[in-house]
Amino acid sequence: MKRERPLTQHFRSDGQALSLREYEAVGGYQGLRAALRMERHQIIKTIRESTLSGRGGAGFSTGRKWTFIPDEDLHERHVFPHEMVMMIEEPDQWEHALAGFTTGVKWSFMPKGEYITTPTYVVANADEMEPGVFKDRVLMEGNPHQLLEGMIISAHAIGANTAYIFLRWAYKKSARCIEKAIAEARQANYLGEHILGTDFNIEIYLHISAGRYICGEATALLNSLEGRRANPRAKPPHTAAVGLWGRPTNVNNVETLSNVPHILRNGSDWYKGLSYTDEGGTKIYGVSGRVKRPGWWELPMGTIAREIIEEHAGGMADGYHLRGFLPGGASTDFLLTEHLDVRMDVKSVDAIGSRMGCGTMIILDDKTCPVGMVNNVMRFFARESCGWCTPCREGLPWTANVLNAVEAGQGRPEDIDRLRTHARWIGRPDNTFCALAPGAMEPLQSALRYFEDDFREHIHLGRCPWRRKGGPI
Amino acid sequence: MTIHADERYEIEALLRTYPTPRAVALDALKIVQQAKKWITDEDIRDVAALLEMTPAELDNLATFYSQIFRRPVGEHVIRLCDSVSCWIMGETGLEERLSHLLGIGPGETTPDRRFTWLPVSCLGVCEQAPAIMIDDDLYTHLNPEDLDVILEKYVQGGVEK
Repeated sequence: MKRERPLTQHFRSDGQALSLREYEAVGGYQGLRAALRMERHQIIKTIRESTLSGRGGAGFSTGRKWTFIPDEDLHERHVFPHEMVMMIEEPDQWEHALAGFTTGVKWSFMPKGEYITTPTYVVANADEMEPGVFKDRVLMEGNPHQLLEGMIISAHAIGANTAYIFLRWAYKKSARCIEKAIAEARQANYLGEHILGTDFNIEIYLHISAGRYICGEATALLNSLEGRRANPRAKPPHTAAVGLWGRPTNVNNVETLSNVPHILRNGSDWYKGLSYTDEGGTKIYGVSGRVKRPGWWELPMGTIAREIIEEHAGGMADGYHLRGFLPGGASTDFLLTEHLDVRMDVKSVDAIGSRMGCGTMIILDDKTCPVGMVNNVMRFFARESCGWCTPCREGLPWTANVLNAVEAGQGRPEDIDRLRTHARWIGRPDNTFCALAPGAMEPLQSALRYFEDDFREHIHLGRCPWRRKGGPI
Repeated sequence: MTIHADERYEIEALLRTYPTPRAVALDALKIVQQAKKWITDEDIRDVAALLEMTPAELDNLATFYSQIFRRPVGEHVIRLCDSVSCWIMGETGLEERLSHLLGIGPGETTPDRRFTWLPVSCLGVCEQAPAIMIDDDLYTHLNPEDLDVILEKYVQGGVEK
């Protein structure tokens, strides 16, 4: 049986975006029509039951996220939902819980009914800028209406009338596709006033970023949208309570929102059935590096890493062997060939000491220096630190300098322990406002675990042993 | 006033999109930068006045975001991705070739002011690495020698698209 790939199976073969008419012909905006017939809490319940998890890299559950917006009944009693109390009283557990939430939970955090302190906002996080990650670009270039429909449904579910797409500057084609789709949707009354004859109004605006990786962090993104420096905010409060211009705001990733129309149209049971595991749906996986066919594939959530690399990506390019991989982008821990049979979902990859992140893998081959690779990644994070928190602003360049010295053959034996110390302290999630610095330490700490001999060889030889092997230097 | 009337009109039209004037700041800087290529002190002063901000508040943004240029750049801006997937796929070869062809390094502008080379973090086309972007044009799957042909297009007075 051919498995369904709801997000991408209707993509045009010429690489052009689906027009509104083409999207409607394959069921487009039926999810919205279904949602408009439902009570808001039913929409959120459906998303929760679908077990859709956030696709932005942290694995947050969408339905739960939507419920964060303060609840009517609870507001009458002047208390927040228990999740919010937990956020405030036990931030540590909260951070831990964040990793496992489904999107429905996130949505349910939004305030509801008359307690919506209007305006309330929906924001699509399209600032995909982590090295190795390109899945949202694929979705926006292939089917921008799917994203718009997801945003409109989300706005209806949480009572928002304004939504923004925060798009990274480099995605020129995505910008053109989205602008055209917004115009088409407005023409067809999917955007504007009295959507399809209801009393629901919604506008979507495209905001194109002026650059900086940190804009992808939800609270930094909101600061940027407000015309401020993209520095992260202290959490709590969650953006569902205090977000854009201090209003309740639901921030969801592009891939997350692109799943929403299909769930509303086909139901949560159908959606769960798409997955191999208890995390529902399909996932856009990707592979870059020295494989035969670098690319992306929409596959059941929980597809095994080996299948993605060996079958879909065609295995390693001729003359190259697999040494390891970053499973979900530059901020995830290395895995090795012995981990190839891991299921690529949030829980399974967590269980072996890394993160699924965005599910877009970067391959380390045997002709590429692992120290050089970590050094490259560290220079990226050091450059992109927003400078707000000291461990990140000062610690990342310092760590990059040590790595640079080791790679150049000027390292000292004690540098390995020094790097471990940095990885441990900078890697602590409670030392910085956001996860940039801890994320930067993930490839480093795992490289020190798995490739320590390579670090030692650089120091011992006084040069990079790969420089003669034809790999990148 | 250094801002053109139609730029001003474009900026004012955006004010309707956001509840506060300062939210337009980055769009406004991009609008002004479109024609001039970079943002002068006078631009900062004038745009700030338009958005009810102080020049210092606006410059605080202009100096933070990587795609707002507070110093002159050449006629064409070359953004060479130096992030990890491109690096694995041979980005250093591109750097060497670019440096050879232009006689400059990252962050520099050619003496004839035709090209500025900026190192850039991930262009989001990792499966087509290595990649560069010249102005708004993306080039992927590159070999170092491809740069010779690509740059030629920008030397021959303008770009064919």
